[in-house]
Parts: sequence; C-alpha cells; structure tokens
Amino acid sequence: MTEFLQQLINGLALGSILALIALGYTMVYGILRFINFAHGDIFMLGAFAGYYLAPKIAAFLPTPSVGAGLVVMGISMVVCAVMGVIIERLAYRPLRRSPKLTVLITAIGVSLFLEYSGQFVFGAAPKKFPDLIPTYPLTHLGGLSINSNQVVVFGVTLLLLLALRFVTLKTKIGTAMRALSFNPEAAALMGINTDVVISFTFALGSALAAAAGILYAVSYPAIDPLMGILPGLKAFVAAVLGGIGNLPGAALGGIIIGVTETLVSGYISSTYRDAIAFGVLILILLIKPSGLMGRKEVEKV
Amino acid sequence: MKHLRKQIVWLALGLAGIGLAGLTGCNKPASGNAVSGDIIKVGEFASLTGSEATFGQSSHQGTQMAVDDLNAVGGVLGKKIQLLTEDDQSQAGQPATVVRKLISRDGVVAILGEVASSRSLEAAPICQQNRIPMVSPASTNPKVTETGDCIFRACFIDPFQGTVMANFTRKTLKLQAVAVLSDVKSDYSLGLAKFFKEGFAADGGKIVVEQSYSAGDKDFNAQLTAIKAENPDGIFVPGYYTEVGLIALQARQLGITVPIFGGDGWESSSLVPIGGQALEGCYFSTHYSPEDTSPAVQDFVKRFRAQHQETPDAMAALGYDSAMILADAIKRAGSTDGTKVAAALAATKDFAGITGKITIDANRNASKPAVILTIKDGQFKYVETIAP
Repeated sequence: MTEFLQQLINGLALGSILALIALGYTMVYGILRFINFAHGDIFMLGAFAGYYLAPKIAAFLPTPSVGAGLVVMGISMVVCAVMGVIIERLAYRPLRRSPKLTVLITAIGVSLFLEYSGQFVFGAAPKKFPDLIPTYPLTHLGGLSINSNQVVVFGVTLLLLLALRFVTLKTKIGTAMRALSFNPEAAALMGINTDVVISFTFALGSALAAAAGILYAVSYPAIDPLMGILPGLKAFVAAVLGGIGNLPGAALGGIIIGVTETLVSGYISSTYRDAIAFGVLILILLIKPSGLMGRKEVEKV
Repeated sequence: MKHLRKQIVWLALGLAGIGLAGLTGCNKPASGNAVSGDIIKVGEFASLTGSEATFGQSSHQGTQMAVDDLNAVGGVLGKKIQLLTEDDQSQAGQPATVVRKLISRDGVVAILGEVASSRSLEAAPICQQNRIPMVSPASTNPKVTETGDCIFRACFIDPFQGTVMANFTRKTLKLQAVAVLSDVKSDYSLGLAKFFKEGFAADGGKIVVEQSYSAGDKDFNAQLTAIKAENPDGIFVPGYYTEVGLIALQARQLGITVPIFGGDGWESSSLVPIGGQALEGCYFSTHYSPEDTSPAVQDFVKRFRAQHQETPDAMAALGYDSAMILADAIKRAGSTDGTKVAAALAATKDFAGITGKITIDANRNASKPAVILTIKDGQFKYVETIAP
C-alpha cells in the first residue's frame, strides 16, 4: 500500500509539470486551432534561462533559497514569454491565412531549429542545474517519502493554475481570449485586437512552459538542449486527452499521464512507460476523440 | 501534358545529378592516400559531444597525447602519425557514418574507438569488412571483439568486471541481497548486469529485484520506489554517469540509504557534479587510478595535468594506451597493411601501458586488473586492485 501511495505521489509530481506544459498547448489550440510543436522547446529554453540566471542571482540573494528560486523562475518566465511572442511574430503570424498544414510544418521547423541551435549554443552535453531551492525530505510517515521539491512542484502548479483561471475568467484580456476561441471573426468585429490577444496567449503559454522548465530542472537537475522533446510530446498527449482547447482538461490530462506512466514504470516495466503514454492517446482518440472534457465541434452546414 | 513532361525531365536531371555526386564520392580511390609521403593516417571516432561527452573528450585527449609523444620521437616507421578525429555525438547511427567516412574518404590505416560498447559494436563490422584494424580503448562488452579478427581492445571485458564487483560487494561489503537497475538501451549495461548477477548468485548472494530504465530518462522515482519496497542491501547500477548521478540523487530523496555501486560507466568528471552528496560512500570498478604510485602512471598524470589542467581519468589513460599499442603493432608489422597490423596486434605481449601490462589474448581482449574506486568528499578515492 505504501508503495502504491509513493508511486502516486511520484506520478502527481511528474503530472503537474506535464500539466503546466499542456496548458500552453491547449491555449494556443483553443484560439488558433493550431498545435505549437515548438512549445516543448520553450520549456527547454526556460530551464536554460534558469541555468544561466542562477549564478547571476546568487550574487544578490542567498542560494539555495525560496527567494532565489522565485526570482529565477520569474525572470525565466518573462524571458520565455518574450521568446514566445517573437516566435509567433516571425514564424506564425505571416502564415495566419495559410492552410493549417503549412503552419504546422513551420512549427516543427521552429522546434528543430530551437533544439539544434540549442545544441550549438549551449553544447550538447548534459549540464548540472544549480541548486535553487533548499531540498529536504519532508515526511517519512509509514515509509512514505515526500520530498520538499515535490511539494514545491504541486504548490507552484496549483498557484499558476489558479492565476491562469483568474486571468481567463476575470480579466478583460482573458475574456477576449475566450471570445477569440469561440469565433475569431466575430471577436474582431466586436473590436478586439486579435493580434494583441494572440501574442498575449503565446506569451502566457510560454511563461507557463518556462515555469515547468524550472520546476523540471529543479527536480531532475541534468538539462540538455533536447530535453524538451519527450515532455513536450507527452504534454501534447495530455492536452488531447483532456480535450484540446479545454484548460481544466489539459491539467487533468497531465495528471493522468503522469500517474499512469509512473504506475506502469513501477509495476510493469519502465521500458513500456512511453509506449503506455502514447497508447493512451490512441485509445482516447478512438473512444472519445474530443477528449475527456472537450466539447464536440459542431459544423454548421 | 507538356507540364508533366517538363516535371519528368527535371526529376530525371535531379536524380542524375544526385547519382553522379554519389558515385564520385564512393569511387574515390582510398588506398593511395593512407601512407602518402611521410604521414600515417589513423582515424579516431569518439563521443566528443552528447550524453557521454566526457568519455569521448577524455579518451581523445589521451589518444592525442600519445600521438604527440610518438611524433616527438620521429613517429612510426619513420613517418609522422596524423590523427583524424570524428565526433559521433553519443548517438546511435553516427559511428557507422563517421567510420565509413574515415575509411573510404580519408583512407585511414586503422581506427581507434570507441568507449561505449554499443557504438563500438556499430563500427566494428565496418572496420572488419574493410580489413582495417580497430582498437577500442574502453569498450568492455565481449561482443565487440567477437566481430572479427581485426577488432581489438586495450581493456578488460565485462565477464571479468561483473565478477569483480560481485566479489567485492559480497566479500568486502558483505551484502546479501541487492537490486539491479540497468539501462536497456546500452549493450554495456545489459551485459555487465548479466555478468554481475551470475557472479553475485554464484557467491551465494541474492538478487531481490531488477528494474530498468532507458538512457535519456530523467525520472527514476518509479523504479526506485519499486526497489525500495524490496529492501535490498545495495543497488547495482551498471549505467553511464549522467543517469547514475540522477539515480543516486533520487534514491537519497526517496530515503534509500544503502550503497549504490557500478562499473566503469561511472568514470567521469561529470559524475559528482550531477550526483553530489548522494554518491558519498558509493563504489565503482574501473581500469586505473591516478593515485597509482608507479613511475609510469605518475609521469603520465603529471604531463596530462600540465597540458589539460585536470587529472586524467581511466578513459584518458586507455585512450593513450590504445594508441600506443597500435603504434607498437605497426612498428612490429613493419607496414600499415591491415592484415599485418592485425596479426601484430594479436601478438602484443606484456606491453607496458599506463593502465598496466597489456597482453592481447586469443579473443583479442586484454587481460588486466580492475581497480575499485569510492567517492569520498566529492573525489574518487582508490580502494583496491583486483587481479584477473
């Protein structure tokens, strides 16, 4: 029983990180109906931003400490938000009127570009991510080990989810985002500046990916330029699982994938871990194509 | 109809162009260049970048130092050695490409490489087919030299290494029941795990649980939790240093306090930076220790430190030795012809290497002692030597 609970905790930690990345995918899809394959690489850039920032911040703040962690995460989020906006402006906006396939291929191109330039600029060998926040085992009740890192990951994910919910439901720009996701033409007719809202969506999604990158690097401190490929792909699966375009669905999808993967890895074999994640995707697409919480797209003829 | 014809013409021209380029590349005469004038071209392929970057960089530094030493005294057979190094980026598929290039385009007479057994296994058939001798500095999986009579290695093999660790953990550390966590993507890891398990069971120990991971994985909590539930006295992790570091970190975070031990895949200056405190009191087997007091080792360590500002690890020492035994074989063969050099390599006996006396046996492996190191205060410290 203890083992099962421990695996659950491990899965929830992994799932929270996937959830944060999945939110970025789902937001962009909701508004633009397009899968931003470069999103996993923004996650990687967030981790690298943290890697280069940490020594600079260590000059001002004691490291490891909560303060240092927050500052590094904050700045990384801003850096990646800017990167997201730049990528949108340069690579996706010119193709807004083009067929969906074109912009999809561009997204794949941007993804490969970021990965291999990353290898060139940062070097392909894994780097040790500095200790940003103090780590200590928190509880050992009945053999369960909860690490402070895992608590931090849950906590930060929860806070960011709530912040995102606040932004999308209670702010003007959030309402504009939702309007655009229902009907872009009508939203434009209502006076919404679609370009600004789309840039904002990319910025928000990228900031969340950066936060996920920092949390991931804190938990698994070896970072390399190709680290975003697999988590990005799994987060995409999670977003589809939860219903692409649906925010709570993406979070739920992330948790489900994280927990399933960890349970399969612990009880069956870790070799099947990725196979199961993608197997779940295929199953969901067969049974409920719109995802667990997605709504059916009604095509009016 | 005219449009279609135009497309077909373009396609044909395009294909002809590609075909021509390919043909000229393939048929370039290679044998002439190898010993032109006064240079002997030796090829090297190593993982200079990627997940096992320190292996390639270390072994290259050792090999280059050997080549420089040889050239400083006039080279071999009166000719200077030119070392052509290619990076295989720690990726499967790359060794085959770079070794083919070295053999057919650069016309090398011999190949030095690689450290990782999977990548040596990939290149070995190509070298064997072309009758180009290949000397691996540090690949320990037995299958590497089984490829053919042109493939050699300067180090011991995993059946020996597995028993070394099995005996050490059983007799010195007195462990009863251990867990094994191996890397399914690595021939080295799977082979070493197998030999360790056989040795440990033969010594009366018990393997309580086996788990696996894939190179590149970052999260091992699931496997470690399953291992923790079985309560072993130790965990054998015969993997490469990046994953080992993360595994040790996560194991300690989960509250696993038993020693973790492994093989020469741990030998890297990046191991402790990644694993940190979690690796204190852990052990691994490797090929040599820079603390060895013999004059040859100390001289090597001193010169290496002067050149590279860091202590040479086993990969650097083996890189040096592999180049040296190759040069010695070329000298004894009196020529750079592949078959003759291979025969000379096979006859290598008691060659004084940095990593010990190298004698190539009938299976083209070296029979050498292993060294056990531990991690104390963030440094590798010598524990004991185990003779074959």
